[in-house]
Amino acid sequence: MERVSFDLAKTPLREVNAYLHQQLAADDHRHVEVLNPDGAHNIAVGLDQPVTVEIHGHAGYYAAGMNKDATVVVHGSVGTGVAENMMSGKVHVKGFASNGAGATAHGGLLVIEGDAGLRCGISLKGGDIVVGGSVGSFSAFMAQAGRMVICGNAGDALGDSLYEAVIYIRGEPKSLGADARFEPMTDADYTTVGELLRKAGLHHDPKTFKRIASARGLYHWNADANQEY
Amino acid sequence: MDMKPVHIKRRSTEESAGFDRRIIDYIQNAAAHGLYEIRGLGAKRQVPHFDDLLFLAGSLSRYPLEGYREKCTTKTLLGTRFAKKPIELDIPITIAGMSFGALSANVKEALGRAATEMGTSTTTGDGGMTQEERGSSKTLVYQCLPSRYGFNPDDLRKADAIEVVIGQGAKPGGGGMLLGQKVNPRVAKMRTLPEGVDQRSACRHPDWTGPDDLAIKIQELREMTDWQKPIYVKVGATRVFNDVKLAVHSGADVVVVDGMQGGTAATQTCFIEHVGIPTLAAVRQAVDALEDLDMKGTVQLIVSGGIRTGADVAKALAMGADAVAIGQGVLFALGCNSETYIRGDQHFSALEGYDALGTAPGFCHHCHTGKCPVGVTTQDAELEQRLQPEVGARRVRNYLKTLNMELTTIARACGKQNVHHLEREDLVALTVEAAAMSGIPLAGTNWVPGR
Repeated sequence: MERVSFDLAKTPLREVNAYLHQQLAADDHRHVEVLNPDGAHNIAVGLDQPVTVEIHGHAGYYAAGMNKDATVVVHGSVGTGVAENMMSGKVHVKGFASNGAGATAHGGLLVIEGDAGLRCGISLKGGDIVVGGSVGSFSAFMAQAGRMVICGNAGDALGDSLYEAVIYIRGEPKSLGADARFEPMTDADYTTVGELLRKAGLHHDPKTFKRIASARGLYHWNADANQEY
Repeated sequence: MDMKPVHIKRRSTEESAGFDRRIIDYIQNAAAHGLYEIRGLGAKRQVPHFDDLLFLAGSLSRYPLEGYREKCTTKTLLGTRFAKKPIELDIPITIAGMSFGALSANVKEALGRAATEMGTSTTTGDGGMTQEERGSSKTLVYQCLPSRYGFNPDDLRKADAIEVVIGQGAKPGGGGMLLGQKVNPRVAKMRTLPEGVDQRSACRHPDWTGPDDLAIKIQELREMTDWQKPIYVKVGATRVFNDVKLAVHSGADVVVVDGMQGGTAATQTCFIEHVGIPTLAAVRQAVDALEDLDMKGTVQLIVSGGIRTGADVAKALAMGADAVAIGQGVLFALGCNSETYIRGDQHFSALEGYDALGTAPGFCHHCHTGKCPVGVTTQDAELEQRLQPEVGARRVRNYLKTLNMELTTIARACGKQNVHHLEREDLVALTVEAAAMSGIPLAGTNWVPGR
């Protein structure tokens, strides 16, 4: 269970990713450190092993993209599309995230301790996202499945054209998107929020969260909808 | 004898050019429903096309090759720019992306089998990769679409090439559409949607905007797959010259340009008929862009949108395409719009099915309903049995084989030992419009309008 360390100032990213894909399993390393990421794009994308990768610094676009089974911790902030299309595992961002965080994630847990930009959780397909701060406009746009916990506020059009994904928000959205609506919290919702906060290591009272889900008014063509969406 | 004048009652039958029967029907349909028409297949209007070009074959100034004896190769390489494992095809005719959901699993399997036998590729679609298709298709291109339905890293790694879809010729600027009747339990599960929902997918990618972002996205896909697989970028034909340049800038190995005659499983008719430019114009702009960047031969060009015959393929290649992709053509080969469907060796009438849809063979474009009378574009458990994989595979293989024979026949007549040696100089245009769009001189002249 040795640690292995890569310095992106010295080793090309392509070698690091190739190692993580091809050599990691044979070496039986369960802990990998990436130093001097310096905002590089596509760090630790396409992982499919139960390994922990710690990125010490800021990462660019698509950090931990399409993650499967691995745990990726970013000790810094990330660019667009962190953990996009994640299948399983966990991605934990200690800082802030730019646009499209957790876009289309099918599974796993994405934690962002700070704020997230526009379109956080867009087209979410079953993953869970917990944001310690606020999210930008159009978050959870067309989100199909999965859960999003927002500890701060949200921008405009939160949950526009939602399918079956559910949003929990502690603050206020600037506005709700088409077909999104507040719904009463049930005991199951409180348990869900409590569980996700616990996994994210965040301390809030689940009772302070509100539930937003789809009114399902856009599931079928409706000539009388008058282009409201 | 009485001579009585005969009075003939004159019936007024002058049809309006602007408000003809088609337009009157459209208006009355709109008035009845308050909702636009949605249908399948591609543009039905007449546009300048490959039919408006002709070949100048060999004669005294050029030598033809013996049509039946001398070799004419059709080998085609795609993805030679950055990928460690380029795609090598036996023929330059590929099968275009069509989703499982739009098509049945049987059809996807049939396409895979036919393509494998012919040494060409098939392409997934908006709905992910099925076992049937991966299992049967030796060379499979995996699409990365705005919706990302069913998109996952395991299938990405199983793919032979990746196609980032920006747009589609039938509806550039529009997202996919699959009406509720086709969203059966398996389709719904693959797309993570509620069963029976009218699925309208996104038109923009969720995690990038613009060509600079796309460059990083393409790099991500390369890092994911350790730079092995070619990456295609597919655009619907609109501002082709600029779009192709931007796709090349973004790092594409292959650019796919889909003209307005390209098909769809379901889209608004106004979209199909009124958005995008003809394939003929698109090919020329795409080739101009590649030549302008000095990237011809480095980045390959696949052209699609209404390619039907071996002559169409030959003309696309002569204009500068490296390969073509066919969607609707293979559907017709499978029996789309046929009066019968085949079980075993017997034909059974499908007329009742067309009648129920309010149409007839030759006119049907009701792919969106999922009630395809010949079992091609359906998810209905009974209807899909009307197309058996082995029958479909045989018919598509025959179709591709015919196209390839026609292609080499024309190439040999033009004196080419390799179909990729066909060139613009081998072509002339039949109409002023086609000459202007294709940049190929009007037959019998050296005149290209605008030059």
